[in-house]
Amino acid sequence: MKTYELNQSVAFSSEKPVKMHYDKEKNIVEVKNLTKYYGKLLAVDKINFSVKKGDIFGFLGPNGAGKTSTIKILVGLLKPSSGTAIIDGKDIVKQIVEIKKTVGVVTEDSNLYDELSVADNLRFAGQLYGVPKPEREERINELLKRFDFEDKKDVKFSNLSRGMKRKVVICTALMHNPKILFLDEPTTGLDVLSVRILHTMIKDLNKMGVTIFLTTHYIEEAEHLCNTIAIIVNGKIKTVDTPKNLMLQTKSKNLEEAFIEITGLREEIMLVEKGGMIKNVQ
Amino acid sequence: MYSNEIRGAFYIAWKDLKTYYFKAPNISWGIMFPVVMALAFLLRNPSGIKDLAPGLIAMAILFASTSAEAIVIVFERRTKTFERLLLAPLSIQSILLGKVLGGIIFGFLIANIFLIGSAIFLGTTVSNFIFLELTVLLGALVFSAFGTLVSVYVKEIFDAMTLANFFRFPMIFLCGVFLPVSSMPSFIQPLAYIFPLTYAVDLIRFFLTGTYDVINPLIGVVVLIAYSTILFYLSVLILRRRMDQ
Repeated sequence: MKTYELNQSVAFSSEKPVKMHYDKEKNIVEVKNLTKYYGKLLAVDKINFSVKKGDIFGFLGPNGAGKTSTIKILVGLLKPSSGTAIIDGKDIVKQIVEIKKTVGVVTEDSNLYDELSVADNLRFAGQLYGVPKPEREERINELLKRFDFEDKKDVKFSNLSRGMKRKVVICTALMHNPKILFLDEPTTGLDVLSVRILHTMIKDLNKMGVTIFLTTHYIEEAEHLCNTIAIIVNGKIKTVDTPKNLMLQTKSKNLEEAFIEITGLREEIMLVEKGGMIKNVQ
Repeated sequence: MYSNEIRGAFYIAWKDLKTYYFKAPNISWGIMFPVVMALAFLLRNPSGIKDLAPGLIAMAILFASTSAEAIVIVFERRTKTFERLLLAPLSIQSILLGKVLGGIIFGFLIANIFLIGSAIFLGTTVSNFIFLELTVLLGALVFSAFGTLVSVYVKEIFDAMTLANFFRFPMIFLCGVFLPVSSMPSFIQPLAYIFPLTYAVDLIRFFLTGTYDVINPLIGVVVLIAYSTILFYLSVLILRRRMDQ
């Protein structure tokens, strides 16, 4: 098994547990030997990595690699089987309610209330996060203005386009001014224009100081947006580095090639390209 | 910190009332079903009209508190909006308390419509209004907690309705809604003691007429509080387990 040299304080071999040197001033997320079992199935296997404050961190991996389980643990939707993570100085096992106050989450689905208007959805999010009323109303207007959909304020969520729904979902996650925003497949199923708008939105948020934790299946999206990339395969972290270094280490032209090399998907892809996955039944 | 949790629970309840409860189909189901059942009973036994109010009000609480409650969480799990609540900085208890509160408020309002209706159309008088209202709240708490338990337990909306009705319909006939438990055949009476609706009907009867049929009202209150607590914490337990799967 290959081990890639990393710019973090450790080289990630999936074979051995690693020791990391954490920097609480520098890092907003520090994952320590995080493990998740579903019954006997091992989904996340003693993973370690950290996310720098102000970074756009891409968390990539093939389907079933353990990305969603990891994110769900970090945002408090799942409990780890062992290990932990520190987010903004707080432990996810012991202080998850406190952590949720500093974290914004955009899930893969546009999971807001169809019956409520855009403003009511934003208002409800503010209420859940304990944003005081005057600040809440100010924040709603500010977000509607900043992301340019003031005219949609009173429109029912169900009547919005898919791209507009994603924008509202992101704004909902920003109602309480989170320090870190988890984006799980934010552009899946969107048209080119909506994707461009969301990319601009993500970059703008990052410029405002929000750390971004992004998962995506679109590798070029990660290459375009992320400063740091972690790749997870079969529940184990394979590598964490900058997109440029990953391409250099794997001698790849782009991040997608590097991803294929690191995840070991090369053989499977070659098989598909040769038509070997489709059996001739005649 | 606790004030944040309680405030969060109220916001969830208010959102549920706006989004699910105060909708024409839900209101009509909450009112029409008990009325139709009562009319069916009256056709069979017109002389029983005066004894109808306690059962009618209790039945209204049962159906109003559980009709949406039993499907709200399973529906929100399907649309992934429940995940949004779980992401909020609130404990599972507060989230479920919010869900239960929605059912309580709706059940309480519908029960009071029946109370006013009973006073106008059946000539029902009230022996102790404040305690009657507290009993209505307690009944709504029990049945809303029951609806919440059903909703966290099942995975599909259809299963929620099936499971809720598995308990609701036998309760109508076994718990003294149309016929006092004491006048039921003796082999059926022990079954009545299993279900919380029996105690709700008996308490409402006591605070309307000043007499009870089944059990000392104080014990009835204790039983309903115990039921509410058990049903609520079972929901919390099941939801915690679900979250780890």
